Amino acid sequence: MTRDMSAPILELDHLGKVFAADGHSVTALDDVSIAFERGECHAIVGESGSGKTTLANMVLGLLGATSGEIRFNGKPLGRSRTRDQKRAIQLVQQNPLSALNPRRSVGASIRLPLDVHGLGRASERNGRVASLLEEVGLEAAHARRSPRGLSGGQRQRIAIARALACEPELLVLDEPTSALDVLVQARVLQLLQRLREERGLTYLFITHDLAVVRAIADRVSVFQKGRLVETGPVEAIFSDPKSAYTRELIGAIPVVTEAEAALRAEIRAGTDVPAGAE
Amino acid sequence: MPDNTQKPVLAIRDLRVAFGDRRHATEVLHGISMHIRAGEKVALVGESGSGKSVTVRLAMGLLQDQKRTHVAGHIWFDGIDAAKGGPEVARRRGNRVAMIFQDPTSALNPTFKIRGQFRDVLRSGDRSISKADADRRAEAALAEVSIPDPKRALDSYAFQLSGGMNQRVMIAMALANRPQLLIADEPGTALDVTVQAQTLKLMHEMTERTGTSVLLISHNLGVVREFADRVYVIYRGRIVEHGTTAQLFHDPRHPYTRALLAAIPKISGGGLPDLPERSPDFENPLIVHEGCGEPTEAFA
Repeated sequence: MTRDMSAPILELDHLGKVFAADGHSVTALDDVSIAFERGECHAIVGESGSGKTTLANMVLGLLGATSGEIRFNGKPLGRSRTRDQKRAIQLVQQNPLSALNPRRSVGASIRLPLDVHGLGRASERNGRVASLLEEVGLEAAHARRSPRGLSGGQRQRIAIARALACEPELLVLDEPTSALDVLVQARVLQLLQRLREERGLTYLFITHDLAVVRAIADRVSVFQKGRLVETGPVEAIFSDPKSAYTRELIGAIPVVTEAEAALRAEIRAGTDVPAGAE
Repeated sequence: MPDNTQKPVLAIRDLRVAFGDRRHATEVLHGISMHIRAGEKVALVGESGSGKSVTVRLAMGLLQDQKRTHVAGHIWFDGIDAAKGGPEVARRRGNRVAMIFQDPTSALNPTFKIRGQFRDVLRSGDRSISKADADRRAEAALAEVSIPDPKRALDSYAFQLSGGMNQRVMIAMALANRPQLLIADEPGTALDVTVQAQTLKLMHEMTERTGTSVLLISHNLGVVREFADRVYVIYRGRIVEHGTTAQLFHDPRHPYTRALLAAIPKISGGGLPDLPERSPDFENPLIVHEGCGEPTEAFA
């Protein structure tokens, strides 16, 4: 395949989404342009109503755009997609229990995308399921289990294995660790980091937790009420946040160390600078 | 600051709970002891399955009378031993001890307006209160938690208000009868960070003003550090470390507490958090920091 590896994998070009009903309309996304570099972990941060989920749904093809365009590997990406385009973008959701069919064994859940996309020979697919389970730190024997009998962390690993089954290029991770305990979250974040390096994946990482962003993301885009208020490298956002809203978000995080408290106090102090005075 | 001579508002002594029938009972709390003094803010921190919620439900008197529930030990509150259960415990609930939940919107009844729910709360504290008096007190209470238009809020349903507004309503209701103890179970976890920060600040101010003791249940150590005076860390049905908030965050001594703190991503950088394996060390005996021992005064 000839593909310019330095070109962005995903581009949002003046993307807009308006929901209208009964004469009311709500602008969920307002003229958003972002380029996602191949292999980066790009965090999308914002509070409820900021447009994070609308953005994810549009990238996944679950919602169409009102204006603007999405391009994937340079080609326009609408709601009707080729099988290959669908395969290349996969989703990991927040709650792995509701994301996995409780009536289906773990193995059957991971095998389904292989069958749907006709990946590999049918006789080899169970072996593929076993190696995917091992890749996410579980055992081949987990294939026979029901997701109901597993822990939250194990379930999330299964959801990740299922997403990886179709050999995607881009993973949309929607709050993948916010339902997990901190010890489990640390391990799942480590797993996601390793998978990205080994497979050259690109992550669109939706989260409300800026500490997670700092730990795992390369770049971050901050959303507020459907607008992109700030985008840039993670280090820059934490050392010198440009928008008052980003400072407010960082200033509200409950922290556990003195170093964090000092950084937060510094950023909070910046909040008092009136807009336009910088 | 802890004052060992002051009588505790709530004192739990060697609390054990098992679920199941006599032959196949599973013990989930293996002898919990903790106390909260007047005006103190105490946090109970642990992961899911650690026994936080069971402890709280017992303190609220919600589990004692359930079938297949076996309780041993003591929960001294307001002059009675609540571990035994019974109608006396139920009477104190909602009046002497109040509770705030994780998701305020689902904790409020969607089929009644706030006004009716507030009246019920006030009536449980004072059976003879008139509707007019109840409404006046409700309005004042909502104004106190900075709800901009209390009259309009009273005439709203929970689903018509934002999560942050509902949380304020919950705080106002919980404190309306001036309870001795407020139990806050993961308050604001379901809300956005900025709203969560406002909620915690409001809860802090309000309980300072009323002198109410708070038992904060949380898995979020950041929230605990911001809010609590003292902390108990619970792991698999046992308290493993206990100290003032300053002691515990500055000098965590138990391997489990250290693992929890290391596992949290930090906004100050440092990349991915450490990967603490679950370790047999987590079962080490309880560590009590200096000045945080048992209260000297008898309970009952």
